This record gives sequence, C-alpha cells and structure tokens, in this order.
Amino acid sequence: MITIRNYIKATSLEQAWQLNQQRGSRIVGGMLWLKMGTGNVQTAIDLSDLSLDRIEETEEEFRIGCMVSLRQLEQHPGLAVYTGGAMKEALRHIVGVQFRNLATVGGSIFGRYGFSDVLTMFLVMDSYVELYAGGIVPLREFSQRGYDRDVLVRMIVKKEPARFVYSSVRNARTDFPVLTCGAACLENQETAYPEDQEGACLENQNAVCLTGRYRFSIGARPGKAILTEDQERILTGEVTEEKAAAFGRFAAGRVPTGSNLRGSAEYRSHLVEVLCTRAAIKLGGQQNADQY
Amino acid sequence: MLININLNGKNVRSEADPDLLLIDWVRAQGCYSVKRGCETSNCGLCTVFLEDKPVLSCSVLAVRADGKRVVTLEGIQEEGAEFGAFIADQGAEQCGFCNPGLVMNALALFRENPNPSEEEIREYLAGNLCRCSGYEGQMRGIRAYLEWKYGKSHMENEG
Ligand SMILES: Cc1cc2nc3c(=O)[nH]c(=O)nc-3n(C[C@H](O)[C@H](O)[C@H](O)COP(=O)(O)OP(=O)(O)OC[C@H]3O[C@@H](n4cnc5c(N)ncnc54)[C@H](O)[C@@H]3O)c2cc1C
Ligand code: FES
Ligand code: FES
Repeated sequence: MITIRNYIKATSLEQAWQLNQQRGSRIVGGMLWLKMGTGNVQTAIDLSDLSLDRIEETEEEFRIGCMVSLRQLEQHPGLAVYTGGAMKEALRHIVGVQFRNLATVGGSIFGRYGFSDVLTMFLVMDSYVELYAGGIVPLREFSQRGYDRDVLVRMIVKKEPARFVYSSVRNARTDFPVLTCGAACLENQETAYPEDQEGACLENQNAVCLTGRYRFSIGARPGKAILTEDQERILTGEVTEEKAAAFGRFAAGRVPTGSNLRGSAEYRSHLVEVLCTRAAIKLGGQQNADQY
Repeated sequence: MLININLNGKNVRSEADPDLLLIDWVRAQGCYSVKRGCETSNCGLCTVFLEDKPVLSCSVLAVRADGKRVVTLEGIQEEGAEFGAFIADQGAEQCGFCNPGLVMNALALFRENPNPSEEEIREYLAGNLCRCSGYEGQMRGIRAYLEWKYGKSHMENEG
C-alpha cells in the first residue's frame, strides 16, 4: 500500500491540474490500482467534488465523467442500447460488483493497462479523451502516448451508427483476461437507410453491415489494446462462415502477441483467430440473418 | 484530518490519517465483522455498504467516506442473521471466514434485485471468494432463503 501525506479534495479542475504538476502528487480515482503499488504520495488529489461522476447522453454522444464507476457504465441504459450489451459484457467479468462500484473510468483509461477490458471496449467505439490542458484527443492516439501530468476530465463517445460485440477469455472467473476482443460493424446511415429513419440501423439488429467496414480491438495480447481493420475487405457483403474464418486467420497474422504467465504467444494468436471469427459471424451475416 | 462518517446510523467524528483505509477505520470503531482476506482487492471479505452500495472497504480511503453513510454487518444484524441461518442450514461453510462478506454482498444483491436468476446470483457474488467450499452449499442456501422470503413461484425465474 502507498503512503499518503496530504489529501486534498479539489474544488476546481484548475486546482487539481496545478497540484498534479508537482512530483509526488497523484490523482486518486478508485485507488484500486494505486493501492497495489508502494511508495510515497505527497499529495493525493481527489476529484470527487467536481460532479464528474455522471454520464450525460445527447443525440450525438455520451459524455462520461472520469469519476464514473465501472458499475455505472455497466448499468447505463443508453450505453446498453447503443452497444447492444457489449459494454456490460466487457465489464461484468472484472473482479466483482464491490470492486466495480469503486474502479473509475478515469483511472482505467489513464492507466492504459495492457490487460484492460475497459480500454479494449472504448477503443472499438469512436472515443475521445478530454484532458484538462491537452484538450480533446482521439483515444486511439491517447492510448499510444506516454504518461504525463494532465488530468483526464471525461471520455466522449460519439454515437456513430454501429453494432458491437465483445468477448474475452479468462483462465478463471474474475482473473485478468488472457485476451480481449471488441468488434464493431460500422453502418453508413446515409447509404443504408433513408434520412428520415435515423437510428433505424441501431434497432435493426439483423441488418448486414452494408458499408462492409469492420473494426476490431484486441487487448491483453498481453500488450495494450490495438485496433485492426478489415483493410483487405475480406468481410464485404454477407459474412459467411468461410469469410469470417478467413478474417480470423488474417487478424491472427497481423495482431502481435506475447507470452506471460497467463498464456503463450501462440495460444493468444489462436485466441485472436477464434474470437475475431466469432465476432465477425455475430456482427455480419448469415448467422444473424438466420436468427430472425 | 477530521472526518465525520455516519456508521450504522450513528454519526462518528474522528481524526484520520490521509492514508487510513476504511476497513481499518470501521474496525477501530468496533466493527470486527469486517475483515481482510487479501491484499489485492479480490476476496470481497471486507464488503461494507457505502451510500447503500457494496464496496471493498480495504480499497477506500476513510477520508473519502467523510460525510457519507457506511453500513457494516453490525448495522443490519437481524437481516444478516435471518439470511445467514439459511447458509448455515446447508452446512455450506467450513471455516466460515468468508461469511460476513458473502452475507453483506448477498443482501446487496437482494436489495437491487429481489428475484435474481441463478446466473445473476453467480455474477453478483463472483467477487466473494471462499477457499474452503465449491459454492454449491451457498447457492442452495440462497435459493432456500429466496423461496422462504418471497414464495415458491419466485424461483421459477431460473436463467
Ligand atoms: C486486482 C485487480 C484486478 C483487475 N482486473 C481487471 C480486469 O480483469 N479487467 C480490466 O479491464 N481491469 C482490471 N483491473 C483494473 C481496474 O479495472 C481499473 O482499471 C484500475 O483499478 C484503475 O482504476 P482506478 O479507478 O482504481 O484508478 P486508480 O488506481 O485510482 O488510478 C490509476 C492511475 O490513474 C491515475 N488517474 C486516475 N484518475 C485520473 C484522472 N482523472 N486523470 C489523470 N490520472 C488519473 C492515477 O493517478 C493512477 O496513476 C484490475 C485491477 C486490480 C487491482
Ligand atoms: S480484503 Fe480482500 S477484497 Fe478487501
Ligand atoms: S468457508 Fe472457509 S473461506 Fe469460505
């Protein structure tokens, strides 16, 4: 456990940012990750009083304060509808309800942990990080940056028309994942549906992906989540099992994996193939159409 | 720092170091049902309600609970004993060390969802580890309790 000398509940983001510029200062989110470490924290900065524990939903986007808990994310009805349940699936295996009532979105994204289900899920959506000093940055860029002393204020998720699926593999329930996989099928509303039927593609779960554009986010490789797209257009048109399997092989060849105590690189690459194949089938084609 | 926490219905004012954990604070107030079973926020034994939500008291700073309501098993003894009897009836446990955390979190589940399916029970209680048993006895106890409390028809919602 860390030791903490001073504890300050920030009264403004400016104050939090100023305090955080000093070496030895740390922002405390849910503290679950911080607590696993050792060392001295001169000033612990608490953002609890800044009303950042809220999820706002507008026509265009979700605005998710950094102090929102993983449990809040998991239970938010708007996110459940938008992601077709994928958000909940990404979070529900993380330790337990009591843990997720504490762990924050800010700490999870700022940490950019390799094993992170949270990062994997946000990365597959059109997500942005709002930093106090650094402004709004696409998550795909932020996820590759090194750590600095900025304050992560909120996440912004644009409601691009898309359908999502999420899956992960764990050696044992509640353990860190061996591989995580988020997948999105991007609908192009203009071409897929007439203008007056806005939002229709979200409800129409058995529609094939008319744009043929898919995005996959693979994490716990064990390196942090990265995106891979279907550049070769393997999944164009109706997604048959053959096409899905071909895409799975393509993804396994492209996504770098490594070994740690939870699994070998070879095993992980196999999982990339299997999870991507299944995700493509679920998102895309024959199987979905047959279900209805 | 001076903090003021409503613990089991009573306002308690005290001095707390900035890095004092809530688990150590509630134990210092005599709530010994709250125990530490791990160092990695994994076992659920330290579960308390913070503003009615179950949280791991081993992972919350006492100063963060300032001005808030905290409930431990000592604060809901009757409800705890009523449910605990059903777990005991099944002989579900061996050493019983995990019991207070399980009871707290199960009660949190029933408050949120009085009619949980089998899968919902397992999911909600996944963060309560028991090193002695295989959870089957606890699952039987939970089902028996729900049946007794809400009637037989209740458990037909198996998921
Ligand atoms: C035992 C254990 C198991 C876990 N298992 C999983 C898992 O299976 N899947 C998964 O996805 N995750 C897992 N996690 C990670 C967890 O979900 C959280 O992502 C992690 O604990 C960080 O969130 P936190 O709120 O606790 O952050 P903290 O520990 O409070 O902070 C983490 C870091 O972020 C900084 N920080 C926090 N908030 C901000 C902010 N607003 N601006 C700038 N910096 C900030 C802190 O200073 C610190 O450096 C696990 C963690 C633990 C401890
Ligand atoms: S003591 Fe194990 S989770 Fe808190
Ligand atoms: S009965 Fe021993 S830990 Fe559960």
